[in-house]
Amino acid sequence: MERVPILRIGPTLFVSIQIDLQDQSVLQLQEDLADQLVATRATGVIIDITAVEIVDSFIGRMLATIGSISRLFDAETVLVGMRPAVAITLVELGLSLDTVRTALNAEQGLRLLNGSS
Amino acid sequence: MDELLIESGDDVVRVRQRVRAVAADSGLSLVDQTKLVTAASELARNALIHGGGGTARVELATSAAGRAGIRVTFSDSGPGIADVDLALTDGWTTGDGLGLGLSGARRLVDEFELVSKPGQGTSVAVAKWSR
Amino acid sequence: MAEFLRANEAKLLDRWYEIVFSTVRGRSAADDLRAELADLYGLIVRVMSGTDESAFGELRAALAELSRSRARSGFSPSETAVAVFGLKDAVYEVVADAAEMVHEYLTFARMIDDLGLSTFEAYAAAREEIITQQAEAMLELSTPVVRLWDGIIAVPLVGTLDSARTQLVMEKMLDALVTTEARHAVIDITGVPTVDTEVAQHLLKTVMAARLLGAQCTICGIRPQIAHTIVSLGIEFGDITTKATLADALAHALHGAGLKVGPA
Repeated sequence: MERVPILRIGPTLFVSIQIDLQDQSVLQLQEDLADQLVATRATGVIIDITAVEIVDSFIGRMLATIGSISRLFDAETVLVGMRPAVAITLVELGLSLDTVRTALNAEQGLRLLNGSS
Repeated sequence: MDELLIESGDDVVRVRQRVRAVAADSGLSLVDQTKLVTAASELARNALIHGGGGTARVELATSAAGRAGIRVTFSDSGPGIADVDLALTDGWTTGDGLGLGLSGARRLVDEFELVSKPGQGTSVAVAKWSR
Repeated sequence: MAEFLRANEAKLLDRWYEIVFSTVRGRSAADDLRAELADLYGLIVRVMSGTDESAFGELRAALAELSRSRARSGFSPSETAVAVFGLKDAVYEVVADAAEMVHEYLTFARMIDDLGLSTFEAYAAAREEIITQQAEAMLELSTPVVRLWDGIIAVPLVGTLDSARTQLVMEKMLDALVTTEARHAVIDITGVPTVDTEVAQHLLKTVMAARLLGAQCTICGIRPQIAHTIVSLGIEFGDITTKATLADALAHALHGAGLKVGPA
């Protein structure tokens, strides 16, 4: 099972999802992120899904759950790089992903986390 | 025509990848490909988790109106669905009655056919046609 | 019958050409018409001789092509069918007195009737195709996305917002958000004639899609007439900002981007 690496840069944790993730890997990511948030006291999480071609309801709900978990640790999550085709599909599925913020790319995501608009 | 076994989480990924590969060659637009593969992912997972494992058949097909496209059929010999109508109630904001993601998958495809009876397993056939 | 047709080809072809030409009224060039009919004649003879397996398929294809090109030139389907039936008349004129040909003529006539009907079907299919293509072209034309300012795009909607147009709008808007790295989209619904619950749901979907790419949306162009409909239908736009005019929406977006417009 592939484990998604989590990078830390300052107060922010970076996760870049590069491959077609199996359900177990996503669940593992949730666990690993929770561990890291506690260990590093990070205040922000950026999840880069630029390379992700398919987000179905399970993965969508997992991403939303990551957002809720982060909030419990007083951290904010920003989902960046969603592809237009994925966004259109998610909207059709009725998933609004309210617990995460979104941005076009990691740079804009960081700006969001740092409070400037 | 491909038939794939769905017996693990890795198989769900495999189904996604196979449908995506076939879709890429079938003349479907990128958005339509994404919708089909996403629907296939939902249904493959259902077959695994609710159906106790099953199979997926991916084939190129032509619609009644003569358009080229793809049909994917999922079968499992699980417990079956007692209330098919409830499972398919379309709630865009609330999801379907049984949380199976069926109404969502149905919205993503052009054709959706579900056959299920308690004790007789479930079969879902979906199709997406090029425009 | 095939023998008969072959033996009398020159005479029958001439007569057929005469009959058809009189109905064409200058819309087809004489030479083209003659060549078309000669081709069809040849195929019909092959089919009647019964020995050529592929002849029937080729004949149907040739007729379908004829129907399509005539449809594009503005011929009515009856005119095309009559042109095919013309061969029956030409043949009848010659065999009218030959009692021994009656049976064969009837079989021949029935085949020509079928072929004439098939031209009707091909005509209808060709028109359908033209209508579909035009509808698509219109859809494309009526969905522009413009850049209002750095980071702000506008999507003016003209016409009814059905699911087909919503799909196109979402695709174009999202692609524009990626290309321009815009963080704000103004959706102008001045050109949308009615806003009912279905249209509102399409608008909501569009806003949701933009949000997933990190952009805020403002809806503007709500006319007084539809404002009443929206409220009485109980449609709620929630936390989506709505403004009356594009100017107001632009000012709002600029403010959101931390920009201000003032005198030079």
